[in-house]
Amino acid sequence: MTAMRKTILVACGTAVATSTVVAKSIEEILRDRGIDVVTRQCKASEVANMTSGVDLIVTTTPLQGNLGVPVIQTLAFLTGMGKEAVIEQIIQALKV
Amino acid sequence: MNILDLLVPSSVALHYTAADSKDVITHLGKRLFDAGYVRDTFVDAALDRESRLPTGLPLSGDVNAAIPHTEVEHVMKPGLAMATLSAPVTFQNMISPEEAVPCQLVFVMALDQPKAQIEMLQEIAGILQDPAVISDLMSASDFEAVRAVLLKGRA
Repeated sequence: MTAMRKTILVACGTAVATSTVVAKSIEEILRDRGIDVVTRQCKASEVANMTSGVDLIVTTTPLQGNLGVPVIQTLAFLTGMGKEAVIEQIIQALKV
Repeated sequence: MNILDLLVPSSVALHYTAADSKDVITHLGKRLFDAGYVRDTFVDAALDRESRLPTGLPLSGDVNAAIPHTEVEHVMKPGLAMATLSAPVTFQNMISPEEAVPCQLVFVMALDQPKAQIEMLQEIAGILQDPAVISDLMSASDFEAVRAVLLKGRA
């Protein structure tokens, strides 16, 4: 059901490069596990205005304030370190 | 599109001796400018971005990397510069900017539109996750050797 499809907001410094890699990587890994997600990308500075309809925020750069959405801060999709643990964290946070 | 299509041979500096992170960003940025890939505002923009939003990445092996880049308006066409350093210089950690990361491998990315060049970015991430490829890159002494490592890494 597409209505159940979860949305992940991926944030990085400039929303040019880093979040692209992270978003693509998350989509592919979750799809391989049968979990269908939509990703959106934005700059860290834009996150506060982008949380509508978002189930989870994954960021590679520090975020300010309480955003009212779960936040996972990780470099694992760039460096590979701790990737399995982060994927589990994401799945937990999405409650899928 | 893959990493070798975007890697600019004249913008690859091997065993470069850098004074600090500014030195290596400036050096690679100037090479990209000389090769016609970026505007004359690129170096200052990349330095400014790095100071606000650092790009140091601690990796699993002995070598850490940094991926400086900046907004698309400073870029004329997509390209990639790379430096291996004779000794590490300090970048700040992307995820916790107060933390220093000694980096010896630097990719300066010139991207002309957001969310583009995905394959290239994924290949860079693939390299960062493979200590054997990084080790081979660090010992490469000319562009042909770099090319061979990147071709092999993809196989």
